[in-house]
Amino acid sequence: MLELCGVSKRLGGAEVLRGIDLTAAAGSTSVLIGPSGCGKSTVLRLMLGLLAPDSGMVRFDGAEVGPRTVDAVRARTGYVIQDGGLFPHLTARGNVTLMAHHRNWDAPRIQRRVDELVALTRFPADALERFPVELSGGQRQRVSLMRALMLDPDVILLDEPMAALDPLVRAELQADLRAIFRALGKTVVLVTHDLTEAGRLGDEILLMRDGAVIQRGTLAELVRTPRDEFVSHFINAQRSPLETL
Amino acid sequence: MVTSGPFSRLFRSPPPVRGGRVSERGRRASRLARLALSLTLPRGRGRGSDSPVLVLVLVLVAVLDPGCSRSPPPSASSAPPTALRIGSKTFTESVILGEIAAALTQGHGAPVVHRRALGGTQIVFGALAAGEIDLYAEYTGTLAQEILRGVPEDALASALAARGIRMSPHLGFDDSYALGMKADHAARLGITRISDLAAHPELRLAFSNEFMDRADGWRGLRAAYQLPQRNVRGVDHEIAYRGLDAGDSDVVDLYSTDPEIVEHGLRVLDDDHHHFPTYAAVWLYREDFARSAPNTVARLDAVAGRISAPAMIAMNLRAKRDRVAEETIAAEFVAHELGAPPKSATANGTPAPPARAPEGWLRALGRRTAEHLFLVALSLLMAIVVAIPLGIVAARRPALGRLILGVTEILQTVPSLALLVFMIPLLGIGEAPAIVALFVYSLLPIVRNTHAGLRGIPASLREVATAMGLGPGASLRAVDLPLASPAILAGIKTSAVINVGTATLGALVGAGGYGQPILTGIRLDNVGLILEGAVPAALLALGVERIFDVVEKIVVPKGLRL
Repeated sequence: MLELCGVSKRLGGAEVLRGIDLTAAAGSTSVLIGPSGCGKSTVLRLMLGLLAPDSGMVRFDGAEVGPRTVDAVRARTGYVIQDGGLFPHLTARGNVTLMAHHRNWDAPRIQRRVDELVALTRFPADALERFPVELSGGQRQRVSLMRALMLDPDVILLDEPMAALDPLVRAELQADLRAIFRALGKTVVLVTHDLTEAGRLGDEILLMRDGAVIQRGTLAELVRTPRDEFVSHFINAQRSPLETL
Repeated sequence: MVTSGPFSRLFRSPPPVRGGRVSERGRRASRLARLALSLTLPRGRGRGSDSPVLVLVLVLVAVLDPGCSRSPPPSASSAPPTALRIGSKTFTESVILGEIAAALTQGHGAPVVHRRALGGTQIVFGALAAGEIDLYAEYTGTLAQEILRGVPEDALASALAARGIRMSPHLGFDDSYALGMKADHAARLGITRISDLAAHPELRLAFSNEFMDRADGWRGLRAAYQLPQRNVRGVDHEIAYRGLDAGDSDVVDLYSTDPEIVEHGLRVLDDDHHHFPTYAAVWLYREDFARSAPNTVARLDAVAGRISAPAMIAMNLRAKRDRVAEETIAAEFVAHELGAPPKSATANGTPAPPARAPEGWLRALGRRTAEHLFLVALSLLMAIVVAIPLGIVAARRPALGRLILGVTEILQTVPSLALLVFMIPLLGIGEAPAIVALFVYSLLPIVRNTHAGLRGIPASLREVATAMGLGPGASLRAVDLPLASPAILAGIKTSAVINVGTATLGALVGAGGYGQPILTGIRLDNVGLILEGAVPAALLALGVERIFDVVEKIVVPKGLRL
């Protein structure tokens, strides 16, 4: 569904991606994981056409992402960022329905869709009229997810959506996301630096370092057969002290 | 009208505060008038558009002209285009002469409009040259020294004719620099002429600072008359008069029609060596007007030689000390001194239009408030329409943004009075130049705040808007402008409050508003009148702030105010 073929990208003089090859299979959840600065967020920006590759090619459903196709790509993609990226001047409902209004959906259709999403994301319906500053961190991410799902996209990109949440809220949201992704069967690409999160949500994990994919596979494959020192080092660094008890 | 307000009544009893002398030919006029003049066009140069700022301003004016050339202000629009339009400068004598011209021509057909206290020399002469007024009273010395630099006295008429302006014969009095002494003191010492001073080296001289500095002031005078006095001090003009009364000084400089001559019982010393240039009063007419209205010109020219210096002093004194309206003074002078029939008994027996009933101060306040609000609101509206798009472009295109911000900053540095003067040849006098000037000054706060407000939106939010599929236009409407709205509104509020203050200068070009009583008050040394303009202006500024607090609640999305 999503493909990067030999993509290189320099940003502000630094080479962020070095000829990266990467695919995200349709209907599955792929997790991009790696240390800060490895280029994982840049991959999402390239998929959305927010950045253009210096070399190589980004494909969406077989077609190259470029000036002519970018609108269609964005229409079929939902995007969730850290802290939600909600517009502070709009209520939760305003954020969720912004694009539907932009596309001139009629009111009943919008209301039906909002009702579906509220149920799907287990968001308290009475909080829809609240502004982002009046919502908790977890609620903000649920609104952001509803906004991303509003137009029923084929692809959902999430950039560290749970990095700013406390562990309990995070665990709850992770469980809900997992259920939602399973239920919807969408192509999901999730960026995180949290291996536990990657294991819970990802069908496939792509471990990145310095602008390239080092190893891809399930969490079990990565743990059992790390390709090199870096992979085992990255995995061991995230082992919880709880495991030793 | 002049003394009708509550403040003027309040301030009537204490002696009026007298302004210092100023550099304009109407040197007794206000500090504001001096400012107006010092900010007019550079000395010795034409109205060249060689300054880039000026070019910018002119281009802007040209572009914006259609938007602001609405009908002239009510005072002018009430008269048909054939009305006789008289101008005057911002000092009492000039206003009285304007009223004399009005009194002489009223009731003889064409309606008469007197645009009182229009501005300094450059503004009023500019208005005449631009055809905004038909005539005003000027001084030959001012023509020779300031308007037609380097043209000798006897060639003034022909130099003016080349500009389409006709000069009348001298009206009779000469308002030039002079020296004065207490009359009794002068009589004791037997001094009648400046040359008599040479025999009295012990006399103490107290001159205004400007007189000390001017080449034709003390330095030239001392050389011309070989004056021996060593005790010469530069002092504030008002203090010089007090020193004279207290016996601390013996000789002061003055103008030969100063009302102080009478008030302080002064003897004006004869300039027997003709050191000071002559400032004989004359009418200046537009040639096209003079041709089309020969009878009116004849009626005005009939005054030539008949306004004596003592008569002018007496009229100045009545206006300044007794606070009599210039209209009344002029009407009485025309009726009694010149023997012309009073307005109400014109030859053909038809009653002249009834004399304007004095405007109540409340009504005057209402009118000025309406005029002032009109200036502020229209200029602000134009600025909003232009500045917000400019700010958006500046935020989206950084290179162009630097240019836009740079240009608006430069425009902001053009002194307001200079800007008003630049506008006159293009837009004439009245509301149009004032509105354009206010518009120019309103730009920067709005452009800058729009730019800053848009640039201050977190990059992640703008990226999300793009990623969601909002195009540049939709993103601007749905996300960028609402998020920047608090900053934009703050910019508009700043502009509005500054505008309320700056709009008082509009009175310099005949735009009315609260500046009118302020200017008149400065001219007449009437603190009450000044406050009649200044207090409402301050209150209006506060009111505008409050209004914007309300507007903010309406315009700024609730989510940004939590």
